[in-house]
Amino acid sequence: MRRVAAQLRCVVCQNLSVLDSPSEMAAQMRAIIRERLAAGEAPEQVVQYFVDKYGEWILLAPREHGFNLLVWAAPVVSVLVGLAVVAVLLRRWTRPRARPATPVDPALRERIRRELDSLP
Amino acid sequence: MWRWLIPLSVVPVLGLLAYGFRVNPHDIPSPLVGRPAAPFVLRTFDGTDVSLASLRGRVVVLNFWASWCYPACYEEAPALERSWRAYRDREVSVVGVAIQDQPDAARKFIADFSLSFPNAPDPDGKVSVEYGVYGVPETFFIDRAGRIRLKQTGAVSDDLFRGEVEKLLGEPA
Repeated sequence: MRRVAAQLRCVVCQNLSVLDSPSEMAAQMRAIIRERLAAGEAPEQVVQYFVDKYGEWILLAPREHGFNLLVWAAPVVSVLVGLAVVAVLLRRWTRPRARPATPVDPALRERIRRELDSLP
Repeated sequence: MWRWLIPLSVVPVLGLLAYGFRVNPHDIPSPLVGRPAAPFVLRTFDGTDVSLASLRGRVVVLNFWASWCYPACYEEAPALERSWRAYRDREVSVVGVAIQDQPDAARKFIADFSLSFPNAPDPDGKVSVEYGVYGVPETFFIDRAGRIRLKQTGAVSDDLFRGEVEKLLGEPA
């Protein structure tokens, strides 16, 4: 019963499962779940019964198919894209920059040569 | 190209927000519309039984309400009673179901509005769940073949009642 009730939204609450809600409606829904399980229905069949009546809205976690996959994939894809951006930026920031060689003034070059030559 | 990537990434987020703000989160489509209405047998506050099977061939307006549901249920109760009186002789039935309510409070509500159509409590909530009810008031318009044709969330007005019932009465049984 707990496993089924935890998957279902308490229809008169905000973000509470049928298992967690103290409302009368949730208590009645728990009784219906208990009764259906006792009558031999599988937990999946009981969940499906509520989906048939309320739509997939009744499920606290959307099913992993079709458009719903976007909900499951979006966080993973976002994290991967974020990591890729960080990796690219890190590489860019840590790469030593090759500075273009500034042309040395020929007069200066000549002076250095002369001074080196004059060394004992 | 990279320069445009960050401003462009805002576009899908704005699109999602634009969609989200225009959708009413309380307007949850019922999967039951178009499907056969679930059978029920309810014991009314008067002690008589009312069942969907016994109303087959009539247009049935099934209204879920509660005495604590203010103001919507208080707004629609007179409209439902007026409409019921106008259509009771034209093969239209109105059935009220008081949910999550105290019997005495529900009886007082019925008396206060002089409701003359059958009204019954749903003590174990089974009929509410069968109809996927998540709040009050909710009203189901059931055609003569026993199919749910419209689910109204929120108060029913005279105009809405008349419009839907006239449409269903105009269809062959």
